[in-house]
Amino acid sequence: MTDRRSDRSLVWQQIRYQNKIFWRSPISAFFTIVFPLMFLIVFVTLFGSEELGETGVTTAQFYAPALAVFGAVSATYTNLGIGTAISRDEGILKRVRGTPLPPWIYMTGRVGSAIWIALIAVVLMMGVGVVVYGVNIYAVALPAALLTFVVGVACFAALGLLLAALAPSGEASPAIANATLLPLAFISDIFVVPSENSPGWLAALGDVFPLKHFAVAFSDAFNPDRIAAAGDSWLDHFHWGDLGVMTLWLVGGAILAVRFFTWEPRGGERKRSARKRARVAAKS
Amino acid sequence: MAIEVSGLVKTYGETRALNGVDLSVAEGEVFALLGPNGAGKSTAVEILEGHRTATAGSVRVLGMEPETGGRDYRERIGIVLQETAIEKELSVREVIDIYGALYPRRRPAGELIEIVGLEEKADARIKTLSGGQRRRLELALGIVGDPELLFLDEPTTGFDPSARRQAWTVIENLSSLGKTILLTTHYMDEAQELSDRVAVIRSGEIVAEGTPDTIGGRHEAATVISFTLPVGTAPPGLGESLKEDAVYVMTAPEATRTLHRLTSWAVAEDVELGSLRVEKPSLEDIYLELAGEATDD
Repeated sequence: MTDRRSDRSLVWQQIRYQNKIFWRSPISAFFTIVFPLMFLIVFVTLFGSEELGETGVTTAQFYAPALAVFGAVSATYTNLGIGTAISRDEGILKRVRGTPLPPWIYMTGRVGSAIWIALIAVVLMMGVGVVVYGVNIYAVALPAALLTFVVGVACFAALGLLLAALAPSGEASPAIANATLLPLAFISDIFVVPSENSPGWLAALGDVFPLKHFAVAFSDAFNPDRIAAAGDSWLDHFHWGDLGVMTLWLVGGAILAVRFFTWEPRGGERKRSARKRARVAAKS
Repeated sequence: MAIEVSGLVKTYGETRALNGVDLSVAEGEVFALLGPNGAGKSTAVEILEGHRTATAGSVRVLGMEPETGGRDYRERIGIVLQETAIEKELSVREVIDIYGALYPRRRPAGELIEIVGLEEKADARIKTLSGGQRRRLELALGIVGDPELLFLDEPTTGFDPSARRQAWTVIENLSSLGKTILLTTHYMDEAQELSDRVAVIRSGEIVAEGTPDTIGGRHEAATVISFTLPVGTAPPGLGESLKEDAVYVMTAPEATRTLHRLTSWAVAEDVELGSLRVEKPSLEDIYLELAGEATDD
Protein backbone atom coordinates (compact mmCIF):
# COMPACT_ATOMS: atom_id res chain seq x y z
CA MET A 1 0.00 0.00 0.00
CA THR A 2 2.53 2.59 -1.05
CA ASP A 3 1.06 3.97 -4.24
CA ARG A 4 -0.92 7.09 -4.95
CA ARG A 5 -4.45 6.27 -6.05
CA SER A 6 -5.53 7.49 -9.45
CA ASP A 7 -7.59 10.66 -9.73
CA ARG A 8 -10.44 8.69 -11.23
CA SER A 9 -10.60 6.26 -8.35
CA LEU A 10 -10.49 9.14 -5.87
CA VAL A 11 -13.33 10.94 -7.67
CA TRP A 12 -15.48 7.81 -7.44
CA GLN A 13 -14.59 7.33 -3.81
CA GLN A 14 -15.53 10.94 -3.00
CA ILE A 15 -18.85 10.69 -4.84
CA ARG A 16 -19.68 7.44 -3.05
CA TYR A 17 -18.88 8.87 0.32
CA GLN A 18 -20.89 12.04 -0.27
CA ASN A 19 -23.80 9.83 -1.32
CA LYS A 20 -23.46 7.84 1.87
CA ILE A 21 -23.62 11.04 3.92
CA PHE A 22 -26.73 12.15 1.98
CA TRP A 23 -28.67 8.95 2.56
CA ARG A 24 -27.76 9.01 6.23
CA SER A 25 -29.15 12.55 6.64
CA PRO A 26 -32.89 11.90 6.86
CA ILE A 27 -33.87 15.56 6.54
CA SER A 28 -32.13 16.27 3.26
CA ALA A 29 -33.20 12.91 1.83
CA PHE A 30 -36.79 13.69 2.81
CA PHE A 31 -36.90 17.17 1.30
CA THR A 32 -35.21 16.14 -1.93
CA ILE A 33 -36.82 12.78 -2.63
CA VAL A 34 -40.05 12.46 -0.64
CA PHE A 35 -41.26 16.07 -0.54
CA PRO A 36 -41.72 16.55 -4.32
CA LEU A 37 -43.52 13.19 -4.49
CA MET A 38 -45.89 14.37 -1.78
CA PHE A 39 -46.61 17.47 -3.84
CA LEU A 40 -47.47 15.31 -6.83
CA ILE A 41 -49.90 13.24 -4.79
CA VAL A 42 -51.48 16.34 -3.27
CA PHE A 43 -51.88 18.12 -6.61
CA VAL A 44 -53.39 15.11 -8.36
CA THR A 45 -55.77 14.64 -5.43
CA LEU A 46 -56.74 18.32 -5.47
CA PHE A 47 -57.09 18.87 -9.19
CA GLY A 48 -58.20 15.39 -10.30
CA SER A 49 -56.97 13.52 -13.34
CA GLU A 50 -58.70 15.65 -15.99
CA GLU A 51 -57.08 18.28 -18.15
CA LEU A 52 -55.42 20.90 -16.00
CA GLY A 53 -56.34 24.53 -16.70
CA GLU A 54 -55.13 25.70 -20.10
CA THR A 55 -52.16 23.34 -20.19
CA GLY A 56 -53.69 20.79 -22.53
CA VAL A 57 -52.47 17.92 -20.35
CA THR A 58 -53.61 16.03 -17.25
CA THR A 59 -52.62 17.16 -13.80
CA ALA A 60 -50.01 14.42 -13.42
CA GLN A 61 -48.63 14.97 -16.93
CA PHE A 62 -48.05 18.63 -16.04
CA TYR A 63 -46.82 18.26 -12.48
CA ALA A 64 -44.59 15.16 -12.70
CA PRO A 65 -41.92 16.82 -14.89
CA ALA A 66 -42.29 20.18 -13.11
CA LEU A 67 -41.80 18.59 -9.70
CA ALA A 68 -38.99 16.42 -11.07
CA VAL A 69 -37.21 19.66 -11.88
CA PHE A 70 -37.98 20.91 -8.38
CA GLY A 71 -36.40 17.75 -6.91
CA ALA A 72 -33.33 18.11 -9.13
CA VAL A 73 -32.92 21.72 -8.04
CA SER A 74 -33.36 20.76 -4.37
CA ALA A 75 -30.54 18.23 -4.76
CA THR A 76 -28.16 20.59 -6.49
CA TYR A 77 -28.95 24.13 -5.38
CA THR A 78 -30.42 23.60 -1.90
CA ASN A 79 -28.59 20.49 -0.67
CA LEU A 80 -25.25 21.19 -2.26
CA GLY A 81 -25.30 24.82 -1.14
CA ILE A 82 -26.38 24.19 2.44
CA GLY A 83 -24.21 21.10 2.84
CA THR A 84 -21.10 22.85 1.57
CA ALA A 85 -21.65 25.95 3.72
CA ILE A 86 -22.16 23.83 6.83
CA SER A 87 -19.14 21.64 6.09
CA ARG A 88 -17.08 24.78 5.67
CA ASP A 89 -18.17 26.22 9.02
CA GLU A 90 -17.64 22.90 10.79
CA GLY A 91 -14.07 22.91 9.52
CA ILE A 92 -14.45 19.85 7.31
CA LEU A 93 -13.32 21.76 4.23
CA LYS A 94 -10.29 23.01 6.11
CA ARG A 95 -9.45 19.49 7.19
CA VAL A 96 -9.70 18.30 3.59
CA ARG A 97 -7.42 21.14 2.52
CA GLY A 98 -4.77 19.77 4.86
CA THR A 99 -4.77 16.40 3.13
CA PRO A 100 -3.21 15.54 -0.23
CA LEU A 101 -6.65 15.36 -1.88
CA PRO A 102 -6.65 17.87 -4.75
CA PRO A 103 -9.43 20.43 -4.08
CA TRP A 104 -10.99 19.86 -7.51
CA ILE A 105 -11.52 16.18 -6.70
CA TYR A 106 -13.27 17.02 -3.45
CA MET A 107 -15.57 19.51 -5.17
CA THR A 108 -16.20 17.07 -8.01
CA GLY A 109 -17.22 14.53 -5.39
CA ARG A 110 -19.74 16.90 -3.87
CA VAL A 111 -21.13 18.07 -7.21
CA GLY A 112 -21.14 14.57 -8.70
CA SER A 113 -23.05 13.23 -5.72
CA ALA A 114 -25.59 16.07 -5.92
CA ILE A 115 -26.18 15.37 -9.61
CA TRP A 116 -26.52 11.65 -8.97
CA ILE A 117 -29.17 12.37 -6.31
CA ALA A 118 -30.91 14.79 -8.69
CA LEU A 119 -31.05 12.00 -11.26
CA ILE A 120 -32.57 9.63 -8.71
CA ALA A 121 -35.16 12.26 -7.74
CA VAL A 122 -36.12 12.81 -11.40
CA VAL A 123 -36.28 9.11 -12.32
CA LEU A 124 -38.31 8.34 -9.21
CA MET A 125 -40.75 11.18 -9.88
CA MET A 126 -41.26 10.24 -13.52
CA GLY A 127 -41.44 6.55 -12.55
CA VAL A 128 -44.21 7.17 -10.05
CA GLY A 129 -45.93 9.40 -12.61
CA VAL A 130 -45.86 6.68 -15.26
CA VAL A 131 -46.75 3.75 -13.03
CA VAL A 132 -49.31 5.35 -10.71
CA TYR A 133 -50.77 8.24 -12.70
CA GLY A 134 -50.40 7.10 -16.31
CA VAL A 135 -47.98 9.83 -17.33
CA ASN A 136 -46.82 9.41 -20.94
CA ILE A 137 -43.21 9.41 -22.03
CA TYR A 138 -42.36 10.42 -25.61
CA ALA A 139 -39.17 8.85 -26.93
CA VAL A 140 -38.69 11.54 -29.58
CA ALA A 141 -38.28 14.24 -26.93
CA LEU A 142 -36.18 12.25 -24.45
CA PRO A 143 -32.80 13.43 -25.80
CA ALA A 144 -33.99 17.01 -25.30
CA ALA A 145 -35.18 16.17 -21.77
CA LEU A 146 -31.83 14.60 -20.99
CA LEU A 147 -29.79 17.56 -22.23
CA THR A 148 -32.09 19.92 -20.34
CA PHE A 149 -31.47 17.88 -17.20
CA VAL A 150 -27.69 17.98 -17.68
CA VAL A 151 -27.53 21.73 -18.31
CA GLY A 152 -30.09 22.42 -15.57
CA VAL A 153 -28.33 20.50 -12.81
CA ALA A 154 -24.95 21.90 -13.84
CA CYS A 155 -26.43 25.41 -13.65
CA PHE A 156 -28.01 24.85 -10.23
CA ALA A 157 -24.92 23.09 -8.87
CA ALA A 158 -22.91 26.20 -9.77
CA LEU A 159 -25.55 28.38 -8.10
CA GLY A 160 -25.53 26.05 -5.07
CA LEU A 161 -21.79 26.56 -4.70
CA LEU A 162 -22.32 30.29 -5.14
CA LEU A 163 -24.88 30.13 -2.34
CA ALA A 164 -22.29 28.40 -0.15
CA ALA A 165 -19.67 30.96 -1.12
CA LEU A 166 -21.90 33.92 -0.28
CA ALA A 167 -23.70 32.59 2.81
CA PRO A 168 -22.28 34.43 5.82
CA SER A 169 -22.61 31.24 7.87
CA GLY A 170 -23.70 27.65 7.56
CA GLU A 171 -26.62 28.36 9.86
CA ALA A 172 -27.91 31.10 7.59
CA SER A 173 -27.65 29.01 4.44
CA PRO A 174 -30.97 27.06 4.69
CA ALA A 175 -32.90 30.30 5.10
CA ILE A 176 -31.15 31.84 2.12
CA ALA A 177 -31.71 28.74 -0.01
CA ASN A 178 -35.43 28.56 0.76
CA ALA A 179 -36.01 32.29 0.56
CA THR A 180 -34.56 32.33 -2.94
CA LEU A 181 -35.90 29.04 -4.31
CA LEU A 182 -39.47 28.84 -3.04
CA PRO A 183 -40.81 32.22 -4.23
CA LEU A 184 -39.07 31.61 -7.53
CA ALA A 185 -40.76 28.23 -7.89
CA PHE A 186 -44.17 29.94 -7.75
CA ILE A 187 -43.39 32.15 -10.75
CA SER A 188 -41.53 29.46 -12.67
CA ASP A 189 -44.39 27.18 -13.76
CA ILE A 190 -43.59 24.59 -11.08
CA PHE A 191 -46.23 24.91 -8.37
CA VAL A 192 -48.65 27.12 -10.22
CA VAL A 193 -50.04 26.45 -13.66
CA PRO A 194 -49.27 29.23 -16.14
CA SER A 195 -52.41 31.23 -16.83
CA GLU A 196 -53.49 33.98 -19.23
CA ASN A 197 -54.76 35.99 -16.28
CA SER A 198 -51.47 36.38 -14.44
CA PRO A 199 -49.77 39.76 -14.93
CA GLY A 200 -47.16 40.02 -17.66
CA TRP A 201 -44.47 41.46 -15.41
CA LEU A 202 -44.59 38.35 -13.25
CA ALA A 203 -43.95 36.14 -16.26
CA ALA A 204 -41.17 38.49 -17.37
CA LEU A 205 -39.62 38.29 -13.89
CA GLY A 206 -39.72 34.51 -14.03
CA ASP A 207 -38.00 34.61 -17.42
CA VAL A 208 -34.97 36.33 -15.94
CA PHE A 209 -34.10 33.43 -13.66
CA PRO A 210 -32.99 29.97 -14.76
CA LEU A 211 -35.61 27.94 -12.89
CA LYS A 212 -38.49 28.65 -15.27
CA HIS A 213 -36.31 27.83 -18.26
CA PHE A 214 -35.37 24.52 -16.66
CA ALA A 215 -39.02 23.73 -15.83
CA VAL A 216 -40.45 24.74 -19.21
CA ALA A 217 -37.78 23.07 -21.33
CA PHE A 218 -38.09 19.85 -19.32
CA SER A 219 -41.90 19.85 -19.08
CA ASP A 220 -42.38 20.51 -22.80
CA ALA A 221 -40.57 17.23 -23.49
CA PHE A 222 -43.55 15.53 -21.81
CA ASN A 223 -46.32 17.64 -23.34
CA PRO A 224 -47.96 15.93 -26.37
CA ASP A 225 -49.33 19.18 -27.84
CA ARG A 226 -45.97 20.94 -27.71
CA ILE A 227 -44.20 17.89 -29.11
CA ALA A 228 -46.66 17.67 -32.00
CA ALA A 229 -46.25 21.39 -32.67
CA ALA A 230 -42.43 21.26 -32.58
CA GLY A 231 -41.88 18.65 -35.28
CA ASP A 232 -41.16 15.00 -36.03
CA SER A 233 -37.41 14.80 -35.63
CA TRP A 234 -35.82 14.37 -32.19
CA LEU A 235 -33.71 17.41 -33.06
CA ASP A 236 -36.81 19.63 -33.13
CA HIS A 237 -37.40 19.40 -29.39
CA PHE A 238 -34.37 21.15 -27.92
CA HIS A 239 -35.23 24.51 -26.35
CA TRP A 240 -32.05 26.30 -27.30
CA GLY A 241 -33.19 29.62 -25.86
CA ASP A 242 -33.90 28.08 -22.44
CA LEU A 243 -30.65 26.13 -22.53
CA GLY A 244 -28.83 29.34 -23.43
CA VAL A 245 -30.22 31.25 -20.44
CA MET A 246 -29.29 28.38 -18.10
CA THR A 247 -25.80 28.28 -19.57
CA LEU A 248 -25.38 31.99 -18.89
CA TRP A 249 -26.38 31.47 -15.27
CA LEU A 250 -24.08 28.44 -15.10
CA VAL A 251 -21.05 30.40 -16.30
CA GLY A 252 -21.82 33.48 -14.21
CA GLY A 253 -22.56 31.39 -11.11
CA ALA A 254 -19.39 29.34 -11.52
CA ILE A 255 -17.17 32.40 -11.97
CA LEU A 256 -18.60 34.13 -8.90
CA ALA A 257 -18.52 30.92 -6.83
CA VAL A 258 -14.82 30.45 -7.59
CA ARG A 259 -14.19 34.09 -6.84
CA PHE A 260 -15.86 34.10 -3.40
CA PHE A 261 -15.41 30.53 -2.23
CA THR A 262 -13.36 29.93 0.92
CA TRP A 263 -12.24 26.73 2.63
CA GLU A 264 -11.81 28.41 6.00
CA PRO A 265 -14.70 28.44 8.48
CA ARG A 266 -16.48 31.78 8.65
CA GLY A 267 -16.45 33.43 12.04
CA GLY A 268 -13.55 31.15 12.97
CA GLU A 269 -11.26 31.46 15.95
CA ARG A 270 -9.44 34.50 14.68
CA LYS A 271 -12.62 36.53 14.29
CA ARG A 272 -14.11 35.26 17.52
CA SER A 273 -11.07 36.05 19.62
CA ALA A 274 -10.79 39.43 17.92
CA ARG A 275 -14.39 40.15 18.85
CA LYS A 276 -13.76 38.99 22.37
CA ARG A 277 -10.73 41.24 22.70
CA ALA A 278 -12.76 44.14 21.34
CA ARG A 279 -15.46 43.51 23.96
CA VAL A 280 -12.93 43.32 26.75
CA ALA A 281 -11.28 46.52 25.53
CA ALA A 282 -14.66 48.25 25.34
CA LYS A 283 -15.44 47.35 28.93
CA SER A 284 -12.16 48.50 30.43
CA MET B 1 16.33 19.82 9.88
CA ALA B 2 12.64 18.98 9.58
CA ILE B 3 11.54 22.60 9.99
CA GLU B 4 13.58 25.71 9.28
CA VAL B 5 11.99 29.12 9.66
CA SER B 6 13.74 32.45 9.59
CA GLY B 7 12.46 36.00 9.78
CA LEU B 8 8.84 34.87 9.48
CA VAL B 9 6.43 37.80 9.37
CA LYS B 10 2.68 37.69 8.99
CA THR B 11 0.54 40.80 8.98
CA TYR B 12 -3.21 41.15 8.85
CA GLY B 13 -3.84 44.71 7.80
CA GLU B 14 -2.31 46.79 10.57
CA THR B 15 -1.72 43.92 12.97
CA ARG B 16 1.54 42.03 12.99
CA ALA B 17 0.60 38.50 14.03
CA LEU B 18 4.17 37.28 13.59
CA ASN B 19 7.08 39.63 13.90
CA GLY B 20 10.25 37.90 12.75
CA VAL B 21 10.10 34.35 14.04
CA ASP B 22 13.14 32.07 13.77
CA LEU B 23 12.65 28.42 14.50
CA SER B 24 14.35 25.15 13.73
CA VAL B 25 13.18 21.67 14.60
CA ALA B 26 15.38 18.63 14.06
CA GLU B 27 14.13 15.39 12.58
CA GLY B 28 12.62 13.13 15.20
CA GLU B 29 12.25 15.94 17.68
CA VAL B 30 9.10 16.76 19.63
CA PHE B 31 8.89 20.53 19.71
CA ALA B 32 6.29 22.45 21.69
CA LEU B 33 5.25 25.97 20.85
CA LEU B 34 3.78 27.69 23.89
CA GLY B 35 2.10 31.03 24.22
CA PRO B 36 -1.09 32.78 25.25
CA ASN B 37 -4.08 33.03 22.93
CA GLY B 38 -3.44 35.52 20.20
CA ALA B 39 0.35 35.33 20.56
CA GLY B 40 0.76 33.91 17.08
CA LYS B 41 1.03 30.16 17.77
CA SER B 42 -1.76 29.09 15.47
CA THR B 43 -0.75 31.54 12.77
CA ALA B 44 2.79 30.14 12.79
CA VAL B 45 1.58 26.56 12.69
CA GLU B 46 -0.93 27.26 9.91
CA ILE B 47 1.80 28.81 7.79
CA LEU B 48 3.93 25.70 8.30
CA GLU B 49 0.96 23.53 7.33
CA GLY B 50 0.41 25.51 4.14
CA HIS B 51 -2.98 26.85 5.23
CA ARG B 52 -1.75 30.44 5.23
CA THR B 53 0.83 32.37 3.32
CA ALA B 54 3.65 34.25 4.98
CA THR B 55 4.02 37.99 4.47
CA ALA B 56 7.81 37.77 4.66
CA GLY B 57 10.57 35.41 5.71
CA SER B 58 11.61 31.95 4.65
CA VAL B 59 9.92 28.70 5.59
CA ARG B 60 11.20 25.26 4.70
CA VAL B 61 9.55 22.12 5.99
CA LEU B 62 10.88 18.70 5.03
CA GLY B 63 12.94 20.51 2.41
CA MET B 64 9.84 21.96 0.76
CA GLU B 65 7.93 25.20 0.82
CA PRO B 66 4.54 24.53 2.43
CA GLU B 67 2.88 27.23 0.37
CA THR B 68 3.80 25.69 -2.97
CA GLY B 69 4.42 22.08 -1.91
CA GLY B 70 0.84 21.06 -2.70
CA ARG B 71 -0.03 17.42 -2.87
CA ASP B 72 3.55 16.14 -2.57
CA TYR B 73 4.02 18.10 0.61
CA ARG B 74 0.70 17.11 2.17
CA GLU B 75 1.40 13.45 1.57
CA ARG B 76 4.29 13.73 4.02
CA ILE B 77 2.60 15.63 6.85
CA GLY B 78 -0.27 14.98 9.22
CA ILE B 79 -2.39 17.70 10.76
CA VAL B 80 -4.53 17.66 13.87
CA LEU B 81 -6.27 21.01 13.98
CA GLN B 82 -8.33 22.72 16.63
CA GLU B 83 -12.01 23.08 15.98
CA THR B 84 -12.40 20.90 12.97
CA ALA B 85 -15.25 18.50 12.56
CA ILE B 86 -15.48 15.02 11.14
CA GLU B 87 -18.40 13.96 8.98
CA LYS B 88 -20.83 12.95 11.73
CA GLU B 89 -22.90 10.61 9.55
CA LEU B 90 -19.98 8.21 9.04
CA SER B 91 -18.48 5.57 11.30
CA VAL B 92 -14.99 5.63 12.79
CA ARG B 93 -13.76 2.93 10.44
CA GLU B 94 -15.32 4.57 7.36
CA VAL B 95 -13.74 7.91 8.12
CA ILE B 96 -10.30 6.35 8.57
CA ASP B 97 -10.69 4.43 5.30
CA ILE B 98 -11.85 7.50 3.39
CA TYR B 99 -9.07 9.75 4.62
CA GLY B 100 -6.50 6.97 4.40
CA ALA B 101 -7.23 6.52 0.71
CA LEU B 102 -5.91 10.03 0.08
CA TYR B 103 -2.36 9.07 1.04
CA PRO B 104 0.10 6.93 -0.88
CA ARG B 105 1.48 5.41 2.34
CA ARG B 106 -1.54 4.51 4.42
CA ARG B 107 -1.90 2.69 7.68
CA PRO B 108 -4.63 0.08 8.06
CA ALA B 109 -7.77 1.27 9.85
CA GLY B 110 -7.70 -1.59 12.37
CA GLU B 111 -4.20 -0.71 13.51
CA LEU B 112 -5.05 2.99 13.95
CA ILE B 113 -8.23 2.25 15.85
CA GLU B 114 -6.17 0.17 18.24
CA ILE B 115 -3.47 2.82 18.61
CA VAL B 116 -5.99 5.45 19.69
CA GLY B 117 -8.04 3.02 21.74
CA LEU B 118 -11.35 3.23 19.87
CA GLU B 119 -11.91 -0.51 19.34
CA GLU B 120 -15.33 -0.47 20.97
CA LYS B 121 -16.41 2.46 18.82
CA ALA B 122 -14.98 1.23 15.52
CA ASP B 123 -18.38 0.91 13.84
CA ALA B 124 -20.17 3.66 15.73
CA ARG B 125 -21.23 6.84 13.98
CA ILE B 126 -19.10 9.89 14.74
CA LYS B 127 -22.09 11.72 16.20
CA THR B 128 -22.26 9.20 19.05
CA LEU B 129 -18.64 9.76 20.15
CA SER B 130 -17.70 11.81 23.20
CA GLY B 131 -15.48 14.86 22.81
CA GLY B 132 -12.42 12.94 23.92
CA GLN B 133 -13.12 10.03 21.60
CA ARG B 134 -13.57 12.42 18.70
CA ARG B 135 -10.26 14.08 19.46
CA ARG B 136 -8.56 10.68 19.55
CA LEU B 137 -10.09 9.90 16.18
CA GLU B 138 -8.64 13.17 14.92
CA LEU B 139 -5.28 11.98 16.14
CA ALA B 140 -5.79 8.78 14.15
CA LEU B 141 -6.65 10.84 11.06
CA GLY B 142 -3.52 12.90 11.61
CA ILE B 143 -1.34 9.80 11.30
CA VAL B 144 -3.38 7.79 8.80
CA GLY B 145 -0.94 8.71 6.02
CA ASP B 146 2.07 7.63 8.10
CA PRO B 147 3.48 11.20 8.08
CA GLU B 148 7.10 12.16 8.63
CA LEU B 149 5.96 15.29 10.42
CA LEU B 150 2.88 15.68 12.57
CA PHE B 151 1.29 18.99 13.58
CA LEU B 152 -0.70 18.82 16.79
CA ASP B 153 -2.63 21.97 17.61
CA GLU B 154 -3.74 21.65 21.24
CA PRO B 155 -4.30 17.92 20.93
CA THR B 156 -5.76 17.33 24.39
CA THR B 157 -7.82 20.45 25.04
CA GLY B 158 -11.06 19.36 26.68
CA PHE B 159 -9.82 15.87 27.61
CA ASP B 160 -10.44 14.33 30.98
CA PRO B 161 -7.24 13.29 32.80
CA SER B 162 -7.32 9.64 31.75
CA ALA B 163 -8.00 10.50 28.10
CA ARG B 164 -5.06 12.89 28.22
CA ARG B 165 -2.79 10.16 29.54
CA GLN B 166 -3.93 7.91 26.71
CA ALA B 167 -3.31 10.59 24.12
CA TRP B 168 0.13 11.23 25.56
CA THR B 169 0.98 7.57 25.24
CA VAL B 170 -0.04 7.67 21.58
CA ILE B 171 2.12 10.74 20.98
CA GLU B 172 5.07 9.18 22.79
CA ASN B 173 4.72 6.04 20.67
CA LEU B 174 4.76 8.12 17.51
CA SER B 175 7.81 9.96 18.67
CA SER B 176 9.59 6.70 19.41
CA LEU B 177 8.96 5.72 15.78
CA GLY B 178 11.11 8.68 14.79
CA LYS B 179 8.33 11.06 13.72
CA THR B 180 8.91 14.77 14.09
CA ILE B 181 6.12 16.42 16.05
CA LEU B 182 5.27 20.08 16.33
CA LEU B 183 2.90 20.64 19.21
CA THR B 184 1.06 23.64 20.52
CA THR B 185 -0.51 23.47 23.94
CA HIS B 186 -1.84 25.45 26.87
CA TYR B 187 -0.87 22.74 29.33
CA MET B 188 2.62 23.03 30.74
CA ASP B 189 2.58 19.52 32.13
CA GLU B 190 1.89 18.33 28.61
CA ALA B 191 4.85 20.24 27.23
CA GLN B 192 7.02 18.96 30.07
CA GLU B 193 5.94 15.37 29.52
CA LEU B 194 6.12 15.19 25.74
CA SER B 195 8.58 17.64 24.30
CA ASP B 196 12.31 17.59 23.73
CA ARG B 197 12.38 21.33 23.24
CA VAL B 198 9.95 24.18 23.83
CA ALA B 199 9.69 27.76 22.65
CA VAL B 200 7.56 30.51 24.11
CA ILE B 201 5.96 32.90 21.67
CA ARG B 202 4.60 36.24 22.76
CA SER B 203 3.18 39.06 20.65
CA GLY B 204 4.46 37.39 17.51
CA GLU B 205 8.00 36.85 18.72
CA ILE B 206 9.87 33.95 20.26
CA VAL B 207 10.92 35.13 23.70
CA ALA B 208 12.62 31.96 24.95
CA GLU B 209 13.65 28.58 23.67
CA GLY B 210 15.22 25.53 25.29
CA THR B 211 14.51 22.15 26.82
CA PRO B 212 11.59 22.01 29.23
CA ASP B 213 14.09 21.74 32.11
CA THR B 214 16.35 24.60 31.15
CA ILE B 215 14.14 27.13 29.38
CA GLY B 216 14.24 30.62 30.81
CA GLY B 217 17.12 29.62 33.13
CA ARG B 218 14.83 27.23 34.95
CA HIS B 219 17.69 24.92 36.02
CA GLU B 220 19.59 27.87 37.47
CA ALA B 221 16.62 29.45 39.20
CA ALA B 222 16.53 29.50 42.97
CA THR B 223 14.87 26.59 44.71
CA VAL B 224 11.67 27.25 46.57
CA ILE B 225 11.32 25.77 50.04
CA SER B 226 7.92 25.92 51.67
CA PHE B 227 6.60 24.63 55.00
CA THR B 228 4.23 25.41 57.82
CA LEU B 229 5.01 25.97 61.47
CA PRO B 230 3.01 25.56 64.66
CA VAL B 231 1.26 28.69 65.90
CA GLY B 232 3.49 31.20 67.57
CA THR B 233 6.88 29.89 66.49
CA ALA B 234 9.26 31.48 64.03
CA PRO B 235 12.56 30.10 62.75
CA PRO B 236 15.68 32.18 63.33
CA GLY B 237 16.24 34.86 60.76
CA LEU B 238 12.76 34.54 59.30
CA GLY B 239 11.00 37.36 61.02
CA GLU B 240 8.03 37.50 63.34
CA SER B 241 5.92 34.62 64.56
CA LEU B 242 3.35 33.03 62.32
CA LYS B 243 -0.35 32.85 62.28
CA GLU B 244 -2.02 29.50 62.36
CA ASP B 245 -1.44 27.30 59.27
CA ALA B 246 0.47 30.01 57.46
CA VAL B 247 2.83 28.72 54.80
CA TYR B 248 6.38 29.89 54.78
CA VAL B 249 7.97 30.26 51.38
CA MET B 250 11.68 30.91 51.03
CA THR B 251 13.67 31.17 47.86
CA ALA B 252 17.06 29.64 48.31
CA PRO B 253 19.90 30.04 45.83
CA GLU B 254 21.88 27.47 47.85
CA ALA B 255 19.16 24.99 48.57
CA THR B 256 21.21 22.30 50.31
CA ARG B 257 22.79 24.66 52.80
CA THR B 258 19.56 26.50 53.54
CA LEU B 259 17.61 23.32 53.97
CA HIS B 260 20.24 21.93 56.29
CA ARG B 261 20.13 25.05 58.47
CA LEU B 262 16.38 24.93 58.58
CA THR B 263 16.07 21.26 59.48
CA SER B 264 18.90 21.46 62.06
CA TRP B 265 17.07 24.28 63.76
CA ALA B 266 13.79 22.38 63.66
CA VAL B 267 15.32 19.22 65.16
CA ALA B 268 17.15 21.20 67.87
CA GLU B 269 13.98 23.10 68.81
CA ASP B 270 11.78 20.01 68.42
CA VAL B 271 9.52 21.79 65.94
CA GLU B 272 7.68 19.88 63.22
CA LEU B 273 7.95 21.43 59.72
CA GLY B 274 4.54 20.71 58.25
CA SER B 275 4.02 20.13 54.49
CA LEU B 276 7.70 20.52 53.76
CA ARG B 277 8.37 20.93 50.03
CA VAL B 278 11.53 21.61 48.11
CA GLU B 279 10.95 22.52 44.49
CA LYS B 280 12.45 24.07 41.41
CA PRO B 281 10.07 26.55 39.78
CA SER B 282 7.75 24.58 37.50
CA LEU B 283 7.67 25.02 33.74
CA GLU B 284 4.38 26.79 34.36
CA ASP B 285 6.03 29.36 36.67
CA ILE B 286 8.70 30.05 34.08
CA TYR B 287 6.12 30.19 31.32
CA LEU B 288 3.92 32.69 33.14
CA GLU B 289 6.94 34.86 33.72
CA LEU B 290 7.96 34.68 30.05
CA ALA B 291 4.54 34.98 28.50
CA GLY B 292 3.40 37.82 30.70
CA GLU B 293 0.00 38.10 32.23
CA ALA B 294 -1.99 38.29 29.02
CA THR B 295 -1.79 39.44 25.45
CA ASP B 296 -0.74 42.99 24.98
CA ASP B 297 -3.93 44.42 23.61
